[in-house]
Amino acid sequence: MLLRHTPKDVVERSALMINPAKTCQPIGAMYAALGVHGCLPHSHGSQGCCAYHRSTLTRHYKEPVPAATSSFTEGASVFGGQANLLQAIDNIFTVYEPEVIAVHTTCLSETIGDDLKQIADKAMKEGKIPEGKTVIGAPTPSYVGSHVTGFSNMVKAMAELGERSGKKNGKVNIIPGWVEPADMLEIKRLAAMTGVDTTMFPDTSGILDAPLTGEYTMFPAGGATVADLRGSGDAIGTLALGEWCSADAARLLDTRCKVPCTVLDMPFGLAATDRFINILRTVGGTTVPDSVMHERGQLVDMISDMHQYFYGKRVAIWGDPDQLISMCEFLVSLDMQPVYVVTGTPGSRFEARIKEICAGQPYEVKVRAKGDMFLMHQWIKNEPVDLLIGNTYGKYIARDEDIPFMRWGFPILDRQGHQYFPTVGYKGGLRLLEKMLNLILDRKDRDAPEPSFELVL
Amino acid sequence: MAKTKKLVQLSPADIKEELLKKYPPKVARKRAKQIMINEALENETPTEIVANVRTIPGIITMRGCTYAGCKGVILGPTRDIVNITHGPIGCGFYSWLTRRNQTEPGPDGENYMPYCFSTDMQDQDIIFGGEKKLEAAIQEAYDLFHPKGIAVFATCPVGLIGDDIHAVARKMKAKFGDCNVFAFSCEGYKGVSQSAGHHIANNQVFTHLVGENDTPKEGKYKINLLGEYNIGGDGFEIDRLLTLCGITNIATFSGNSTYDQFASAQHADLNTVMCHRSINYVADMLEAKYGIPWIKVNFIGAEATAKSLRKIAQYFGDKALMDRVEEVIAEEMPKVKAVAADVRTRTTGKTAMLFVGGSRAHHYSELFAEMGMKTISAGYEFGHRDDYEGRQVIPDIKVDADSRNIEELEVTADEKLYRPRKSADEFKALEEAGYKFKHYDGMNADMDKGTLVIDDLNQYEADKLVEIMKPDIFCAGIKEKFSIQKLGIPMKQLHSYDSGGPYAGFKGAINFYKEIDRLVGSKVWSYMKAPWQTNPELAATFVWE
Repeated sequence: MLLRHTPKDVVERSALMINPAKTCQPIGAMYAALGVHGCLPHSHGSQGCCAYHRSTLTRHYKEPVPAATSSFTEGASVFGGQANLLQAIDNIFTVYEPEVIAVHTTCLSETIGDDLKQIADKAMKEGKIPEGKTVIGAPTPSYVGSHVTGFSNMVKAMAELGERSGKKNGKVNIIPGWVEPADMLEIKRLAAMTGVDTTMFPDTSGILDAPLTGEYTMFPAGGATVADLRGSGDAIGTLALGEWCSADAARLLDTRCKVPCTVLDMPFGLAATDRFINILRTVGGTTVPDSVMHERGQLVDMISDMHQYFYGKRVAIWGDPDQLISMCEFLVSLDMQPVYVVTGTPGSRFEARIKEICAGQPYEVKVRAKGDMFLMHQWIKNEPVDLLIGNTYGKYIARDEDIPFMRWGFPILDRQGHQYFPTVGYKGGLRLLEKMLNLILDRKDRDAPEPSFELVL
Repeated sequence: MAKTKKLVQLSPADIKEELLKKYPPKVARKRAKQIMINEALENETPTEIVANVRTIPGIITMRGCTYAGCKGVILGPTRDIVNITHGPIGCGFYSWLTRRNQTEPGPDGENYMPYCFSTDMQDQDIIFGGEKKLEAAIQEAYDLFHPKGIAVFATCPVGLIGDDIHAVARKMKAKFGDCNVFAFSCEGYKGVSQSAGHHIANNQVFTHLVGENDTPKEGKYKINLLGEYNIGGDGFEIDRLLTLCGITNIATFSGNSTYDQFASAQHADLNTVMCHRSINYVADMLEAKYGIPWIKVNFIGAEATAKSLRKIAQYFGDKALMDRVEEVIAEEMPKVKAVAADVRTRTTGKTAMLFVGGSRAHHYSELFAEMGMKTISAGYEFGHRDDYEGRQVIPDIKVDADSRNIEELEVTADEKLYRPRKSADEFKALEEAGYKFKHYDGMNADMDKGTLVIDDLNQYEADKLVEIMKPDIFCAGIKEKFSIQKLGIPMKQLHSYDSGGPYAGFKGAINFYKEIDRLVGSKVWSYMKAPWQTNPELAATFVWE
């Protein structure tokens, strides 16, 4: 037993978090910033944060994740980090030559109260920001929210670049939220198939799925350009995928640039993808083509073909709110039972939304925002499940309790390929079904007594 | 292989100039002192290197922080202490199972390694202080697990808002009576790197744990293994060899360790130091307080392993032990030599670059040498001058403003427990025979003349260095791995071993030879160009023609 000290009896804790289902803001800001073309993320704090965030993203993507840091010392921590950041901006533009520096903060610089805007203005006045280059910034205090909040805050800083020229550009902004590069690519593909001209930000496709060619460029082709971000103010509408990840930026564009926005669920599963396509064609004024209908029909077909294996399966799932909401809806639509749903990210609407999705189902759903994986494991010990869905840290529970485990979400540190194959859209739905089904059937094959071990399933 | 043959015509001085060319003048001046052309040959005065100084903001350093050095490195691997990170969730999350300190839970089965404990500070804790929450968290940990020890680790904001974690720890320790509670002021901004965290961890472990268990330990030839963290099972392999030789390892600091090992460390008769940087403080303090001398050992590399085993045997001076050590070496070495001989046909003459934390950049050059490979450039993230130049420079090292606030403990001989392990004459005899106590020559001495020694290497310099010198393999960590591989150069992680290992001891040497052979010989490096890129003629023919 790996988690041998986890008791079955649940005692509510008020202070001790054990095995969190979240991490802190800046890593989300760093991931978002990588979705801007030519952008170097910068962590304004002591350098340990930056090293940890880069390492975690690198372990997840098996790709280089460049980011700089202000490298606070004790002196700077007492007297303020302005000098460090000014020096950093100068060094970064001279040595690494990015188009954009996207600065986020840590609990250190937030606690001492460094003002990013004021420092950036000073850098501009002192000529440390070369002509045509951009510095954006987002406060990302680690003691508020989670990595999802940090992602959202940096995306909001991107939306702050939006400008109104007075002439609409006919495009629809899509803010995809914290999904994999392949998901962003898939969302763009679906939009293109539907005939809608889009601007996506952030967009990490092309950046965190780069090829091996013998050349390394810190800033690969890909990502939303600064021109794209400025142009987002002229869009005909914004689709924000995910309340937690994307809504703030979309609302900001609405308020500042009068770009009307719709906040949608992330398009995981059948119904959420249907809603995405439906709103996309309405905003874009197009007709959904047969090719998209064809993909949708394939997904429905597979659900019907394999329904017997999904039906009634109890699932424990943890991760980030936007992803969990769509995934739970998908599971329910398959007649599976998402009985334990845990996120570490705060937000009271989360529990309400999950309960709403599972309303009327003939089983009890335990849902917890600001929960942790220790609690979820205790629930499992009391009443087991058939499938685990979540990030890599679930492998300890999977092994101890002998439960099939589908890696999905962030971070996945022990498997490859997740950044290449989408789980959004109808195609992504097919992949999710295939993955779940393989796990369920592998388990059936492993456990079946010899006489009922079957060739055809 | 399509790779163009390397053309290293640039002199080391030219390469250094090339690395510095793009920097703003102030940065160039500073980096110039951290990049040295090695002169370490006998009878020459080695060039001084600047190390353990603050990181240049924005330079894309490889370095981490004090918390990582303290919690992540030193205390993380101990299985039966509940480590609570006092701070927002990130620090605890990122140090959760990400260093590969392997652990055998032992007969008592206590093992908190797979858990992450945190006070998950929120904004109200920053505003009103987090002491109450910390106290409640310690209480909850105690009620849930009843561990022998609970350790508390400060993160950046804790120092700034003035939470007195030591007072909370003292209070809870007194309250429980049967659980040692102690705290580490290892805020991330202290010092300039992980190194400060090592020092802070050493001080507190020595103060709160070492010497707690006064029951003598059974066994012959009692040693401690200091600065070995059992990454990928390194410590298991070293323990296997020690056991084969009949040497008793009382305490490993701190791979696969327990509370009791720390508490019993004073019963050993010799301290053997693997990672000098992280644990030399404890080694010195154990000597000052209890009279246990220390020697530098290295179990990375088969020759180094044999040498270290002999060195331990020589210290005890017992013929039976010395014979046994020779028997073990004679038994193990032929297997190692056979693999080395095979691998060398493919690796001889190849070149390596090593940029790792604070000790491996030195240790691993021995393994490469055994494969006939040359280390052409190396450096540490956070080594001090003594790790580069040898301990003889310690008196000349000035502690600068950034590291001045790291506490130095004053340790004196324990009135009851101080016991010289040998008579003055015995020590003298050993030293006259060339035996060196408290001695470390540093990395530079083992590097060839003209090689580049670079402290706190950054992303720009790493890419530039690889581009200019085209090594056959580059060794560093996860953050560096994939940009180097994009350049078409094999990259070996020497922190995590890329999930491989062990690399220590004799079995480790075999693993490492095979791994490097696999990496530098992999076909993948020939796939980077598509056929139409290397052969772009336009005319088509049918394949069956």
